[in-house]
Amino acid sequence: MEKTVAAELQFDFVVDKEKHTITVKREFAAGRQLVWDCHTKRELLDRWFAPKPLTTKTSHMEFKPGGYWHYAMITPDGQAFWSRLDYQAIHPIDSYAALDGFCDEAGIVNPDMPRARWDVAFTDAKERTLVTTVVLYNSAGDVQKAIDMGLKDGLASTLERLDELLLEMGETA
Amino acid sequence: MGELAEPFGMALPSFMKHVGILERTGLIRSRKHGRIRTCALEQKNLAAAERWFADQRAMWASRYQNLDSLLESLNGEDRGS
Repeated sequence: MEKTVAAELQFDFVVDKEKHTITVKREFAAGRQLVWDCHTKRELLDRWFAPKPLTTKTSHMEFKPGGYWHYAMITPDGQAFWSRLDYQAIHPIDSYAALDGFCDEAGIVNPDMPRARWDVAFTDAKERTLVTTVVLYNSAGDVQKAIDMGLKDGLASTLERLDELLLEMGETA
Repeated sequence: MGELAEPFGMALPSFMKHVGILERTGLIRSRKHGRIRTCALEQKNLAAAERWFADQRAMWASRYQNLDSLLESLNGEDRGS
């Protein structure tokens, strides 16, 4: 039963190389307030944000313009990948805009790495909620830097295993 | 370049713009021999880019599956209270 419902939920992942954007659209079988809460409260974010088998750990969260979320995605063997999301604009429960960034355990952003802007919108879709995330890089060169970094930092190989796992489960078709 | 542009049915300057983007991204490289410019695919970079996008897609797919489960359990708590 669960599987059937999940299969019907819309999931789009579109890369626009010319505009250097990634657009992710996904439906959720829940009301907008609850989906919004899951994106904006640390205790809820910690329960879903990292892809399996990683887990999420929040170090700091201040959800307001000028505030930021500092968190790690942690592998089963304890390796932590730190990131932060700096909130720029918030319109509850419609949308928020933020700047992502690679950082260290202290929250210091790596200045050599590109930062992408996230525009996340929440809209009603009958009894469901549609979440649209547009990740915008400043240039094609910035995307290339993110790719190069991804290959170096070890998260890529973790994700690659995940990719294979999803393929086996038939989820990426 | 003219040879490459032909099947796309667009003016050469527009085509050059697209080629420029691909070259800056490192997906192709071009070389000039006299008046002739040739393009070659950077297979390694192309493969790395495709893999990275696939990884990103897998990451979002997986985290959203986690969110499905969380929403389901939160909805359950609501109904239970």
